[in-house]
Amino acid sequence: MMTSELSIGVDVGGTNTDAVVLSETGAVIAATKQSTTSDVIGGIRAAISTVLDAIGPQRDAVTRVMLGTTHATNAIVERRALARVAMIRLGAPAATEWPPLSGWPQDLAENVLAGAVMLGGGHLVDGTPITPLDRDGIRRFLDSLAGAFDAVAVAGIFSPLFPEQEREVDALIREHIGYDARVYLSQDIGPTGLIERENATALNAALHKVAGDVTKGLLAVVEEQGLNATTFFAQNDGTLMSLDYAEQFPVLTIGSGPANSIRGAAYLSGVQDAIVIDVGGTTSDLGVLVGGFPRESTMPREIGGVQTNFRMPDILSVGVGGGTIVDVASGRVGPGSVGYRIDTEALAFGGEVATLTDAALLGGAQLPGRALPELQRGTRDALTGALDVVEQRLEEAVERLSLGRMDLPLIVVGGGGFLVPDALGGASTTVLRPQHGDVANAVGAAISLAGGRADQIAAVEDREAAMQAASQAAIAKAIQAGADPLQVSVVEVLETPVPYTARPTVNIAAKAAGPLPHLSRAMQPTQ
Amino acid sequence: MASTSAQSRTLTTLDRVVVEDIPALAAGAAIFGTGGGGAVYTAQRIVERELRAHGPVELVRADELTDDDAVIMMSGIGAPTVGIEMLLSNAQAEILLREAERVAGRRITALMPAEIGGSNGVSPIGWAARLGLKMLDADGMGRAFPEATMISPNVAGVPCDFAIQADVLGNVNVQKTVDLAWLERYARASTVAAGGIALGVHYLLTAQTAPGAVIAGTISRAIAVGHALLEADEPITAVAEELGADVLITGKIVDVERHTAGGFVRGSVTVAGTGTDRNRLQRIELQNENLVVLQDGEILASVPDLITIVDAETGHAISTEMLRFGQRVAVLAWACDPLWRTERGLELAGPPAFGYDLPYVPFERKGARS
Repeated sequence: MMTSELSIGVDVGGTNTDAVVLSETGAVIAATKQSTTSDVIGGIRAAISTVLDAIGPQRDAVTRVMLGTTHATNAIVERRALARVAMIRLGAPAATEWPPLSGWPQDLAENVLAGAVMLGGGHLVDGTPITPLDRDGIRRFLDSLAGAFDAVAVAGIFSPLFPEQEREVDALIREHIGYDARVYLSQDIGPTGLIERENATALNAALHKVAGDVTKGLLAVVEEQGLNATTFFAQNDGTLMSLDYAEQFPVLTIGSGPANSIRGAAYLSGVQDAIVIDVGGTTSDLGVLVGGFPRESTMPREIGGVQTNFRMPDILSVGVGGGTIVDVASGRVGPGSVGYRIDTEALAFGGEVATLTDAALLGGAQLPGRALPELQRGTRDALTGALDVVEQRLEEAVERLSLGRMDLPLIVVGGGGFLVPDALGGASTTVLRPQHGDVANAVGAAISLAGGRADQIAAVEDREAAMQAASQAAIAKAIQAGADPLQVSVVEVLETPVPYTARPTVNIAAKAAGPLPHLSRAMQPTQ
Repeated sequence: MASTSAQSRTLTTLDRVVVEDIPALAAGAAIFGTGGGGAVYTAQRIVERELRAHGPVELVRADELTDDDAVIMMSGIGAPTVGIEMLLSNAQAEILLREAERVAGRRITALMPAEIGGSNGVSPIGWAARLGLKMLDADGMGRAFPEATMISPNVAGVPCDFAIQADVLGNVNVQKTVDLAWLERYARASTVAAGGIALGVHYLLTAQTAPGAVIAGTISRAIAVGHALLEADEPITAVAEELGADVLITGKIVDVERHTAGGFVRGSVTVAGTGTDRNRLQRIELQNENLVVLQDGEILASVPDLITIVDAETGHAISTEMLRFGQRVAVLAWACDPLWRTERGLELAGPPAFGYDLPYVPFERKGARS
C-alpha cells in the first residue's frame, strides 16, 4: 500500500469531544465521540487515542491535527483564567465620548482591565493623522500600571486602513517594557467599527493564557502519541490557522464549533449550497452553506455581554434535541433537556423521563439495541404530539433561514439527526443524511482551509488598485495562517460606498482562502 | 366625518426621558427613520451611558417655551461607515454650544433633534444630558430626510440664521448661508474636511418661532412606538396602532435592486405577499429612505408620508442598506405631519423632489384589514 498522509480532526464541544481520521483522498477512516472533560485535554487525549487505536499501524501516516473548540467562549462566559489587560486607544480627542470597554459587564471589566488610556494618534478616513502619536503618553501609562498587567491591547482609529502606526506602537511598547511583552494590535483582529474591534482586541489579550493551555495541551497529546504532525486550530469563518497564530489570536476561534459542523456537513454530502441542521442533545443548530462556506451573521454579536464583530456563522438555535424533555401531563416540548444523562434517564434507556428520542422511536425511528418499554396511553399521546411540534419548529426554522429559496437541500448531521423527518420542508426539499454526519464538526475541522482577510478604503477611480491591494493583503494573511501559497485564492470581495468623502470612495473587503499544503489534491477552495 | 388621522389622536407627552426609555427611543427612532437615518445601536449605547452618568433629561413642549428660552437643533452629519469608527469627542457638544451662544448672543436652554428618524433622533438626548440642557419634545422632520432643505421651519418660512460645525479635534466653522440649499453644500464640504463626520447645530428657535415650525411631540411619540414594539405580544399590530399606520403588505422580499447615482443610492425592493396577502406584489422605491409604494401601477403611499419596512416577526425597522432577498417583512405606511402636505412642504419633499415623475398621493389610513 502507498504511504498516504492522514489528518485528524477534533471538535471540543460542551458535551462531547469528537475525533475523526481522514485519508488523503478525504475518506473518513475512523471516528469517535468521547465526553468532554473539565480540563479539556482529557477529552482530547481520549478521542485522539481512540481513533489512533482504530487505524493501527497507519498512525504513522498522520501528518496534521486540526482542532476546533469553544474553550475561549466558555472562559469569557465563566470569567475563568483571564489575563489582565492594559488598553491603549490612539486617536484622542476623537471617540472620547466612549472610553475603552465602556459597555462591558462590570464584573468582566473588573476581571480584565488593568487600566485604559486614550492618547493622541489615529487617522481620519482619508489617512490624515488625527493628532500626533503620543509616544511619551504610552510610556507614562505603562509605567503608571507598575507591571500590574499581563498583556497590552492597542486600538488606533482607522488602523485597519492605516496599519503602520499600531505597528510602531507595538515596537515602542516592547522597547519600553521588554521584547517578550504580549502586545495585541486591533488591525489583526477585525475591520473598521471601533467599539467592536477594540472589545475584541481586549478580549483576545485577556484570553492568551486560556489559548496557551489548549495549544500546549494539544501539542502534549500529539507528542505523547509520538505523532510527527503539524497542529492547526479552526476559526470562526470555517478556515484554519496555525497553532502559533491561534495562540496569538484565540478570539478568532470563538465561533468555530458551528462553522465546523456546517463545513463538515458540506464536505460529507458533497453539496456547496444548502441548509445544515445539526441536532444535538439540547438544541438543533441550523446554518446556511453558501459556496461551501457558512453564511455569516450581520447582527452585532455579543460574547459574555461584550459587543464584538467576530466573523460568526448565522446560526439559528431551536430547542429540539435528542434529550429534550416531553412533559407528559401538558404535552409541552422542552426547553429542558436530560443532556448527557440521556443514556440513563430516557424511557428507552430504562429511565423515567419522556424525551424526544423516545418520541422518535415511537414514531418508527431505529436506534440499534434500543426499544421503548410498554407505554401508558397518556405517554403515547404526548410523545406522538411532540413529534408534530418538532416537525413544526424545525420547518419554521428552515423557512426562516432559507430566505425564500425553496430549492436548497437540507443536510442533517449530529447525534440526534433521526429527529428530522424526511418530509421536512415539503416534497420538493431533498433531505441528505451523510454517513458520519454524527461527527460532522470534527470532519469540518479536518477539512478546513486556511484563510485571511483585509480591508481597503479608496477613491472609486483607484478601486482596481485597491481591490488588488486588499486581495494581496488577504492572500498574505491566508498564507500566514498556513495556506499553500500555490493554491490560495481570493474567495470573496465586498464593496461598499463611503459617502461624505472628497471624492467618491468605496470600502473594499477581501477574503482569501486556500488548502493546507499537501491537502490540495483533495480540497480546492470554492470560488 | 373626518377620518381618524395620526395628528388628531391625543398624544400623551412625557415630562422627561430616563435611561430605561432609551431602548424604546432607539427602536422607535428606527421606525421613524423610514429606512434611513443611520443605525441606532451605537447611539443607544452611548446615550444610555450619558444618562446613567448625568441623570434624566427634561422634556419641554413648544407651547411651554418662555421668552428666556432658546432652542437649537444638534445633529451628526456624515457617513455612517465613518461614524462607527471615528466616534465623537467628549468635548464636541460643549464646543458647539458655547460657539452657538456666542454667535446668537444669548444663552441656549434646550436642544432638539433635526430629525427623529435614525441615530439623530437618539443621540441628542445624550448631548442634552451631558450639557445639562432641556430637550424640546419635537424635531424638524417627524421622520428622516437626506437634505438640509427638508426641514419643518424651512417649510414654515422661518429662516436659519447660522449653522456651526465642529469636528473631533475642535475645529469650528460658522456658516451663514443665503438659504438651506447653500448650507447643504457648505456643510457637506466641511464634513469632508472634518474626515467624513462632524457634529453640527443650526436653526435657533424661540418661544415665538418654534410653535408651528417644528413637528411637535415626536420624542414622546418615538418612545411610545418603541415601547409598543418592545413590549407587545403582536409588535407589528401594536406599532401600527400607535402610529396610526396601515400594514400595506406582509410577505417576502423577492427582489432587491440597487445602484449608485450622483452619490446617492437608488433602488427598489419587491415584496410578494404571503398568507392573506398572497398573490399581491408591491414595489417600494427607495434612496436613503423608502419613498414610494406601488401596487399594480397604483401609488399606495408616497413621500413625505412615512413608509417603513419592518421584520415580519420582531417588528424592528430594517434600514434600506440591510434589505435582503428573502427577508420576511411587513410594510407600514402612515400620514406625515400636515406641514409637509402644504404646497411648500410638497415642493421641498414630495416625490418630484426625489427625482420621481410621480404625483403625491396623500396616504389615508384604511384601518386594520381583515
